[in-house]
Amino acid sequence: MTVTVKTFTSSSEAAAALSSDRNARYLGGGTLVMRALNEGDIAISTVVRANDHALTRIDPSGPRITLGAGVTFARILGERDLAFLHAPARSIGGPAVRNMGTVGGNLFAPNPYGDFTVALLALDATVALQGGFGSRDIPIEEFLQSRERQAGSLVLSVSCMRPTSAEAFRYRKIARIKPKGGSVITLAAHLPISGGRIAGARIALGSMAPTQIRARAAERALEGRSLDAATVAAAASAAVEGTSPSDNALGSAWYRREIVGVHLRRLLLGQE
Amino acid sequence: MAKTALQFRHNGSDVAIFVDGGTNLLVALRELVGDMTPKFGCGQGGCGTCSVLIDGDLHLSCLTLAETVAGRSVETLDSLKQGPNLHPLQRAFAENFAAQCGYCTPGMLMAAKALLDRNPSPSRAEIVEAISGNICRCTGYEPIINAILAASGGRVSA
Repeated sequence: MTVTVKTFTSSSEAAAALSSDRNARYLGGGTLVMRALNEGDIAISTVVRANDHALTRIDPSGPRITLGAGVTFARILGERDLAFLHAPARSIGGPAVRNMGTVGGNLFAPNPYGDFTVALLALDATVALQGGFGSRDIPIEEFLQSRERQAGSLVLSVSCMRPTSAEAFRYRKIARIKPKGGSVITLAAHLPISGGRIAGARIALGSMAPTQIRARAAERALEGRSLDAATVAAAASAAVEGTSPSDNALGSAWYRREIVGVHLRRLLLGQE
Repeated sequence: MAKTALQFRHNGSDVAIFVDGGTNLLVALRELVGDMTPKFGCGQGGCGTCSVLIDGDLHLSCLTLAETVAGRSVETLDSLKQGPNLHPLQRAFAENFAAQCGYCTPGMLMAAKALLDRNPSPSRAEIVEAISGNICRCTGYEPIINAILAASGGRVSA
C-alpha cells in the first residue's frame, strides 16, 4: 500500500495540511505511524512531516522547561538540566526506540504505552497545538480527554514547571520485562511541599483508563497534609477510585485495580 | 502513484533508489538496495532485528520512513565485514555461541556496535541495557552478553 508523503519546512504549513485531510497523520519518530502503515492501516492515506527546527528545540533552563514535540527521549537523556525527566524517558523502549520516539508522539501513544505523558500529566504540563486556524495552549489533562478530536491539530511543544525539588517528583513504571516492556501500571507523583505540608498534589496513572488519568481521590487524600504513614495509606486506598483499566496481555483489569494502591504506597514511601 | 527519488550513504557508498510513498527503510534496503542483512521481525518496533545505524545512532529500519534518510548515512550489518575477515564483534559472537538460529543476530550486532562505538569498555549492566530492545528467542541472552563483553575486552563469566 502506498501513501502520499507531504514534507513541509514549517509547522504551520504541516498543520494546515493535517487539518484539511481526515486521513492524514503526522509522522514524528515513526514508532506509531510507521507501525500502523506496516500493519496495513488503510485509514492513513497521507503522511505529513515537517522539518521545522522549532519542533526539535529544547529549552531546559529556567523554572519553566519547554520540549519541542519532535524531541526524542534520547535527547532528553542527554540533557543534564532535565534530570527529573530521565526516569520516564529511560523507561521507554530500548535504545533504538528512544532514538526515534518523540515527546509529541507519546501524547498519542495508546495503552500500554505513553509513559512519558504520565510524567507530564503529574507535572501539569501545557500542550501547544497548531490547528488550521492558529495556535493555542491547552492543559495536558484537557488535551488527553479530547485526544481523539486532536488528530487534525499538530502538537508543537509541551512545557511544564520544573519540580520544586528532586524529591517532589516521583515516577515508576511497573513492567513485566525489564529494562524494557509495556506498562502494567505507570505512576507519577508531584508533591510540592509548602510549610511541611503538601500543596498542589498531583498523581497521574498510565494503563488505568483509556488515556492517562489523574487519581483525584488520592490527590485529595494528600492535599494539605504531611507525607506520613496515615496519609500515604489513605492515598493508597483511594488510588483505584475513578479508574477504568482494561485487560491486556500484560495484566487484567482486576489485577491493575488490586495493585495500583500497593504501587502508589511504595512510590510515596520511597520503597522498592 | 509517483515514486520519490532517494539518495543516501549505504555502508559508505552512495546509493540512489526510487521509493513508493510510505516505504519503510527496511523494505528499501532489502528490496531496492539488495542488502539482505537487516531482517524483518515484527514490524512494530518490538523485536529489534531490523536495527541499523543512521548517522551513527541505532534506529529501527522497519519504523523509519525511507525518505527520511535522504542525505544521511545508513550502516547495516553488511558494513561490519572487513573483506574476508569477520569484525571482532562477529568473531566474538561465533566464539561465544551467541548465534543459534541467527535471526536476531543482525540487530544484536548493530545494537552492540552502537554501544561499543560510544563506550568501548561497557559494564555488563550497560550491555544489558544496550540490547534491551532486541529480542532473542532461542540462543538465550547470556551468550550474547558474554560475546559483547569479550569483544570489548571485558571478563566473560562462565
